[in-house]
Amino acid sequence: MRWSYLHKWMVFGVLGVAALSALVSLPSMTNEVSAEMLINGAGATFPYPLYSKWFSEYARVDPSARFNYQSIGSGGGIRQVKVGTVDFGASDAALSDEDLKQMPRELLHIPTVAGAVVITYNLPGVGKGLKLTPDALAEVYLGQITKWKDPKIASLNPNMNLPDQQIIVVHRSDGSGTTNIFTTYLNTISNTWATKVGKGTAVNWPVGLGGKGNEGVAGQVKQTPGAIGYVELAYAEQNKLPYALLKNRAGRFVEPSLEATSAAVAGAIGELVKDVRVPIVNSPAERAYPIAGLTYLLVYKAQNDQKKAASLAKFFWWAIHDGQKYAPELLYPPLPPQVVKVIESTIKQITFQGKPVLEAN
Amino acid sequence: MSSSEAFPASGVPPRAGGTNVADRLFKGTTLLFALSVVAIMVLMAGAMLRTALPAIRAFGWHFPFTSTWDPVAERFGALPFIYGTLVSSLLALSIAVPLSLGGAIFLVELAPHWLAQPIAFLIDLLASIPSVVYGLWGIFVLAPWLRTTVQPALGALLGVLPLFQGPAYGVGMLAAGMILAIMVIPFISGVSREVLMAVPNSQREAALALGATKWEAIRTAVLPYSRSGIIGAIILGLGRALGETMAVTMVIGNRPEIALSLFAPGYTMASVIANEFAEATSDFHLAALIEIGLLLFGVTILVNGLARLLVWSVAGNGAATVRE
Repeated sequence: MRWSYLHKWMVFGVLGVAALSALVSLPSMTNEVSAEMLINGAGATFPYPLYSKWFSEYARVDPSARFNYQSIGSGGGIRQVKVGTVDFGASDAALSDEDLKQMPRELLHIPTVAGAVVITYNLPGVGKGLKLTPDALAEVYLGQITKWKDPKIASLNPNMNLPDQQIIVVHRSDGSGTTNIFTTYLNTISNTWATKVGKGTAVNWPVGLGGKGNEGVAGQVKQTPGAIGYVELAYAEQNKLPYALLKNRAGRFVEPSLEATSAAVAGAIGELVKDVRVPIVNSPAERAYPIAGLTYLLVYKAQNDQKKAASLAKFFWWAIHDGQKYAPELLYPPLPPQVVKVIESTIKQITFQGKPVLEAN
Repeated sequence: MSSSEAFPASGVPPRAGGTNVADRLFKGTTLLFALSVVAIMVLMAGAMLRTALPAIRAFGWHFPFTSTWDPVAERFGALPFIYGTLVSSLLALSIAVPLSLGGAIFLVELAPHWLAQPIAFLIDLLASIPSVVYGLWGIFVLAPWLRTTVQPALGALLGVLPLFQGPAYGVGMLAAGMILAIMVIPFISGVSREVLMAVPNSQREAALALGATKWEAIRTAVLPYSRSGIIGAIILGLGRALGETMAVTMVIGNRPEIALSLFAPGYTMASVIANEFAEATSDFHLAALIEIGLLLFGVTILVNGLARLLVWSVAGNGAATVRE
């Protein structure tokens, strides 16, 4: 008898849950109409400080556009673009041809700002300015160079009193655009790396400890004598971390800086004209810092809301022109003018029912 | 005692049958709440299973038993993460249980009131510290201390054991276990304290009256009586340790390798999800991470089930010992 009652109540319970969920879902259906244009975006965390500055500055240019950006990571941003829950996505890594094929419609990459990855280290008694070659760096991260006194490092730094210490390699444990730029670089300059490890936001590291976030890597390096790690340029600058000079493709030892990163972007112009997704690491420019990359906004070429598409395109246009002046103060390397020209043509490709939403100007 | 004896021929209606509307409504509402928890569990498991399906199909039974974790080549195995989760949690318990139990016994049985109150308050306070704060403390205080002091000493003293060999990084399995130990102490200690306080004084008095010393009374009368409750407290701590993410991620070194040494870096299931989920761009990588989540779900249920069995078997024995 007890069981029959239980069954009856279970039925009531299920009905109750159904009724509740219907009630909850009702308001969201009627919420569409609004005086302001709400534009939703999601993705990369690396450019988030700059984007949020842009959104607040852009509110003065076009008060009708209101942006809601969730910095949930590039992976999440790409997924949300794919299922169409956001108007634009953001990613630190460009999508591969294969990924693009899986998208429901043609997706455009709009580079917004550059980023650089800095090699930081902790060597007591050795100051700033350790010099490294691409080979030495790759071999350290492959676990082939294990001591700081290794001739491959010592010969580059004859004036430094390098300790006879184990190298403790530190990398990012969380998937990140920083790791993507760093591994793309190693992938480009070292064949061994390319075959053994590869590139990506997270890889199977041959050696080392994983720290969570820039702060995790920097913390680990600061705490451990003999450690080497990589962090984002802005983070290294803000925290006054010692960084290594890296030999670039032109044979110069270059200090990481905003200018050297912008120079790297400019140096890759020949490739970027053909495809903005191309990695800009190991740039041939003479003053370029070699470990650099671009971060992208992702937007569908064919839009299905004319007003929103126009708002978006205008914002993108503003971001790569006027918006760039906010980049250096937040320690992001701005886009060089010749690259801006390339992106202009990409923005002009955004269409509504086959017609470009941005009038040619 | 039954209700019909307690209220003979009074105005209180009998409970059986549920003829009272308010009673039935109340029962239905609470049932709804109880079932909604089950429904959430089932929905979660279902959603995870669906997303994990590509990885489950591709790796099958190999997934929990292989050690490669390569997001680039899309080859995934969960063994190092399962190992890391279990070892860090067991290490945490082996540190936390003696500390918490000893502390609880002292506070309930031995300490004067003026001392017991503030100490108990401070221990409980540990539970309210956010885990990211524990993690930061781990990076900046615990790990350097382990590297410069504890690990060299342990290596010199017990270096013959494989557990204490290898270079001292500071971060690693030992650091994770210690952070976890500190984090679960308030749970184990708090519940144990309540359980010990619930032991009737007659138990202690009987033992003392038979000429037992304070320690003998605790050992023969108090602890057996509260054994199942104490095991429950330890399970609560274990559950907390298995699922802890942030603090562990910050100090464990995040290296998917199985190393016998506690000095070596490791990785846990919760950590790899937290680390790689946000930037996992390929569906396959995502599926593998979700499958790890599913495994964590399974491991937690398994461990809790085993612990529940332990409580049941011990509860029987405990009662028997007390009656002797």
